[in-house]
Amino acid sequence: MKFRSVFDIIGPVMIGPSSSHTAGAARIGRVARNLFNREPKWAHISFYGSFAKTYKGHGTDVAIVGGLLDFDTFDERIKESLEIALNKKIKITFREEEAVPEHPNTAKITVGDESGELELVGISIGGGKIEIVELNGFKLRLSGHNPAILVVHDDKFGAIANVSNILAKHQINIGQMEVSRKEKGKMALMTIEVDQNLEDQVIDEISAIPNITQVARIVD
Amino acid sequence: MFRNVAELIELADSKQKKISTLMIEQEMEVTGRSREQIIDQMGVNLDVMEQAVEKGLQGVQSVSGLTGGDAVLLQNYINSGNSLCGELLLDAVSKAVATNEVNAAMGTICATPTAGSAGVVPGTLFALQNKLKPNREQKIEFLFTAGAFGFVVANNASISGAAGGCQAEVGSASGMAAAAIVEMAGGTPAQSAEAMAITLKNMLGLVCDPVAGLVEVPCVKRNAMGAANAMVAADMALAGITSRIPCDEVIDAMYKIGQTMPSALRETAQGGLAATPTGRELEAKIFGLPLNKK
Repeated sequence: MKFRSVFDIIGPVMIGPSSSHTAGAARIGRVARNLFNREPKWAHISFYGSFAKTYKGHGTDVAIVGGLLDFDTFDERIKESLEIALNKKIKITFREEEAVPEHPNTAKITVGDESGELELVGISIGGGKIEIVELNGFKLRLSGHNPAILVVHDDKFGAIANVSNILAKHQINIGQMEVSRKEKGKMALMTIEVDQNLEDQVIDEISAIPNITQVARIVD
Repeated sequence: MFRNVAELIELADSKQKKISTLMIEQEMEVTGRSREQIIDQMGVNLDVMEQAVEKGLQGVQSVSGLTGGDAVLLQNYINSGNSLCGELLLDAVSKAVATNEVNAAMGTICATPTAGSAGVVPGTLFALQNKLKPNREQKIEFLFTAGAFGFVVANNASISGAAGGCQAEVGSASGMAAAAIVEMAGGTPAQSAEAMAITLKNMLGLVCDPVAGLVEVPCVKRNAMGAANAMVAADMALAGITSRIPCDEVIDAMYKIGQTMPSALRETAQGGLAATPTGRELEAKIFGLPLNKK
């Protein structure tokens, strides 16, 4: 089941006007921000499908930039996010893509600064719920039916065990887990689907483990 | 865990529990959170809804200027005492409109199930206040019952206008509201399901065709009629009227209709009202685009 919580239906509390095109967009932007782990210097945002046709009317552009600035769906500052980004000298570009995406509400975000970049593709599936379907060219093979986190880490021994130990300590059951890496000893990726929703405290504890660079919820 | 309306009703009958109770228990099971935490979070949502209604009733305007102020017009009309279809119904309509006017003005709302359809559930809930005199706990239960039916629709069909048209948004919201009204008015779980079915049947085929892509025209007035639809269907179900087509099959029909709906009518602002001469003219005025841009 794609929707597990009653608060996916009655909620989120958000700034209007659209749960999929505003709140969902803000959430996709915020995942990019969390994974990048710092404020980017620039962002390229591509809109596909319904996002491409109606983003101006729904404030999708404003919301996604709000997410990149780490604003939550109900943060009043979302309305001024383009000006805030401009004042912070973050360079933002938008593109309306013609390609027909698998899901009508699709956005691709590339963020970066002098020390790195990150690219992700997110979809907004209704009522503010989102899924991240691609990260740095890795297709994320998630069922979308369970909460999931993505952990970027250095490819060193013990990293996977340390993460699963924390989940075990909080009595969180792992339903599916995938590990991948670009090169031995370099950047590696864990995608973990779990049975329970993850409180912020769990995410914070995982972030504090040595050799873990980024942690973000990609399905919640 | 319930997967469809039939299972939900069966559970309610066999355990002799309200639908709202079953929804809370399922949420506890799925998230591992306590009853108190869950009820408190819904309380926050209730407060946001109430504040949005209040704000809308004071009068708001959207940035585009397309919507705003209609909730006030309706309240004034109700107060004149001349209304034809009755105060309670129009009160629900005006409060639904108030919520969506706030949403269009980029105010704070609670999506139920989406932002574009956020007016129907709170509109009907707060309109029933004087008649049914619910306490805070019962208002929160109303939201869990609405949530239970929305949960079924979201998992078996869709609550996204881009995927299933307006029937998936305002249609779902209206069905959810109708079911919750029935519970609050003392009806049975089965009557809640009948109310949902009757409501959704009358929303089938409704397309998502927002002018200029804004969640304003026709969204605000669709919420108005969604609220009216929910109130009337709830009364019909409470009178003992049943739907010949079971609720789950109506939901399935809605899903299939959504799948066959052309993309122009699913939140792309390319067809329907968005593509009318006036719709295009408004779009050009708001965004300064040539009329044949899209």
